[in-house]
Amino acid sequence: MNRRVVLTGIGVVAPGGIGTKAFWKMITDGRTATRAISLFDATGFRSRIAAECDFDPAEAGIADAGRLDRVAQFAVAAAAEALADSGLDTTALDPARIASVVGSAVGCTTRLEDNYRLVSADGRDWLVDPARAAPFLYDYLVPSSLAREVAWLTGAEGPAAVISTGCTSGLDAVAHAARLIAEGSADVVVGGAAEAPISPISVACFDAIKATSANNDDPEHASRPFDDRRDGFVLGEGSAFFVLEEAGAAERRGAHVYAEFGGYAGRGNAFHMTGLRPDGREMSEAIDVALRRAGLAAEDVDYVNAHGSGTRQNDRHETAAVKRSLGAHAYRVPMSSIKSMVGHSLGAIGAIELAACALALEHQVVPPTANLDVADPQCDLDYVPHTARDQRLDAVLSVGSGFGGFQSAVLLTRPGVTR
Amino acid sequence: MTATITGLGIVAPNGVGADVYWPATLTGRSGLSRLPEGHAVRVGGVVSGERAAGVPGRIAVQTDRWTQLALRGSALALADAGLDPAELGPFDLGVVTAASSGGNEFGQREIQKLWAQGPDHVGAYQSIAWFYAATTGQVSIRHQAKGPCGVLVSEQAAGLDALGQARRVLRDDTPVVISGGTEAPLSPYALLCQAGNGAISEGTDPGTAYLPFDRRAAGYVPGEGGAMIVLEDAGHARGRGARRYADLAGYAASFDPPPGSPRPPALTAAIRGALRDAGLGPADIDVVFADGAGTRDADRAEAEAIAAVFGAGEVPVTVPKTLTGRLYAGGASLDVATAALAIHHDLIPPTAGVTDVSPDCPIDLVRDLPRFGSVQCALVIARGAGGFNAAVVLTAPAG
Repeated sequence: MNRRVVLTGIGVVAPGGIGTKAFWKMITDGRTATRAISLFDATGFRSRIAAECDFDPAEAGIADAGRLDRVAQFAVAAAAEALADSGLDTTALDPARIASVVGSAVGCTTRLEDNYRLVSADGRDWLVDPARAAPFLYDYLVPSSLAREVAWLTGAEGPAAVISTGCTSGLDAVAHAARLIAEGSADVVVGGAAEAPISPISVACFDAIKATSANNDDPEHASRPFDDRRDGFVLGEGSAFFVLEEAGAAERRGAHVYAEFGGYAGRGNAFHMTGLRPDGREMSEAIDVALRRAGLAAEDVDYVNAHGSGTRQNDRHETAAVKRSLGAHAYRVPMSSIKSMVGHSLGAIGAIELAACALALEHQVVPPTANLDVADPQCDLDYVPHTARDQRLDAVLSVGSGFGGFQSAVLLTRPGVTR
Repeated sequence: MTATITGLGIVAPNGVGADVYWPATLTGRSGLSRLPEGHAVRVGGVVSGERAAGVPGRIAVQTDRWTQLALRGSALALADAGLDPAELGPFDLGVVTAASSGGNEFGQREIQKLWAQGPDHVGAYQSIAWFYAATTGQVSIRHQAKGPCGVLVSEQAAGLDALGQARRVLRDDTPVVISGGTEAPLSPYALLCQAGNGAISEGTDPGTAYLPFDRRAAGYVPGEGGAMIVLEDAGHARGRGARRYADLAGYAASFDPPPGSPRPPALTAAIRGALRDAGLGPADIDVVFADGAGTRDADRAEAEAIAAVFGAGEVPVTVPKTLTGRLYAGGASLDVATAALAIHHDLIPPTAGVTDVSPDCPIDLVRDLPRFGSVQCALVIARGAGGFNAAVVLTAPAG
């Protein structure tokens, strides 16, 4: 079975914009949400900047914020917005035909760390003290709790899982959601990704390998994908969710369709846990296979949503991969990184970037790459600096790359465009 | 496309390698022991032997024990399959693993350094050792697997979900996938996190702390290890003359309604879904490898689900994991490996330790001694805390 899959609802929790509308306005205005870290006292850390969400759980309708880690709160808020946006009455559906998929790279790391401090007397004791243990610790230890929360929100009884492939989790999770429908394992999937990694241990671990920007004096301009003066990525947080449906069912109920899920592929570089080979061969292979599965040619791609993390090796690797796959067309197609504005939220960002892609198709607008003043001479494509661009968009490509060597590519197409 | 199991890499508390594990499982040799004083859980399944066995030193320093166990298991599984990845095409080998608590011991050590000594003391490997994808990444690099990579997290159900995903990868024209999963949940903080989950046994005697379906059931004990599994396109396996243990004929997953819902649990839907996917009926199944949660309510629910599909006492049921504890991401993977061995050897391993099956569990539990007889089809059930259900049907290799 290979059924067509469409996106009929979107929900976003992003730095600088809670809710899909605020998110889209922010990234098309070219504003940045990177700032000095406020979620904890970052004195003494190398990188003290991040893209944080101004998120109020009560305002987002989260009743049990005491139980839920920040990442679960983001997931529930974004999934709820996506469901409401889709107009789908899930109570009228067979619960067994609704699935739940959540991408996340580091799960409930914030509460795990907070509670560790309590039970270990701030790291003094290796043998921890059970008397100080908080409830729900097991939910934080095993991130499958995130898929449970989304399933409970929707009343879903179909397959449920967390997809945790590091920084490609978001793309991989949405692709998994689409696969469940395409193969007939579900008719509706509430699928997306969430991450809330702005915690001391996460910031410290990226400090240790100098992967993050230390541009602490100018945080608004610290995330600079493809710019010659970039010095690493800026950690972010957030979530995006979608309602995915079988195309025929969506059409029959008259649903608004943002985009059709075109194709997906993932590859490993089998090279290094953090290093990338400069030729971009494996990412290029993922793009090629995704195009083939979508029934598209390289020339059909109207926009490339870049991984664009703002590390030197990524930007060059990715530029090489896109050239390898799209050939001469690579120089004609606009390619931008919204991480310049919302930071890099690890496992969530792929879903947030797909939300940007779906909205780009909806509005026929390409969001820009902020902070791109002078491009790295080895990055010579059209990265849409500073300002959003009106553009005819029928097919958009989003790529992701992550620790572990994972490379993923997803294609979304404009609904109704025949191929 | 038929997905078939051609390699097993068992890394279990009661035996590393099928040649050690299988006899231990048949004869009831347990891998459970008392955990050291000061831990929040009293009994666990420990993989004995040299730490980081089979893992080169430069990899050992950058990996958690969970990943090291998987690296050992992957090497065993590939050797068992007689497969040299260098002989495959560049993108012809994928890696899809189950994960659960990640690199918790590594993470605990680094968080401790951070808070006791300061941010400068966090090591360079924390960012690649702790996260849930570390194992898939390291296995991919170790064996030059550049095909699709995946990581599934659904607590104890994840081992079956990973195999389901691996089969999708095979269907997408990647001929071989290293799948399965491992777990290393016995670090102090991870044990503390488990101790409060409402299902862990407080028993102190390794012989009685974990007794699924028994009247005395009072929780489960955790264990480390699991199994890595080479899943292969049957045509590809035939082409290279590989031994096939069993075919992955059916898979399905479901999720339970929230607590307090009037709706029934969804486990029967997963079992029936896996049977339907395999094109088989209940009467075709020769043995059920049960989840065996080890709490009275969860055992009863599972026994009722099995009885609802198969009829009360109509199919042999076994829980070999009483000898290993529940291995989370490694648990269902090990059950699948065990079921594959049962088919391969036409032997049903027993549920060691259980003597007094509760009357509210209407199942034919295989106890004490292995049961001899043809095993053509096996069903493996796994449930993950929170409501995850998955089921897999294995069949003797066909065609």
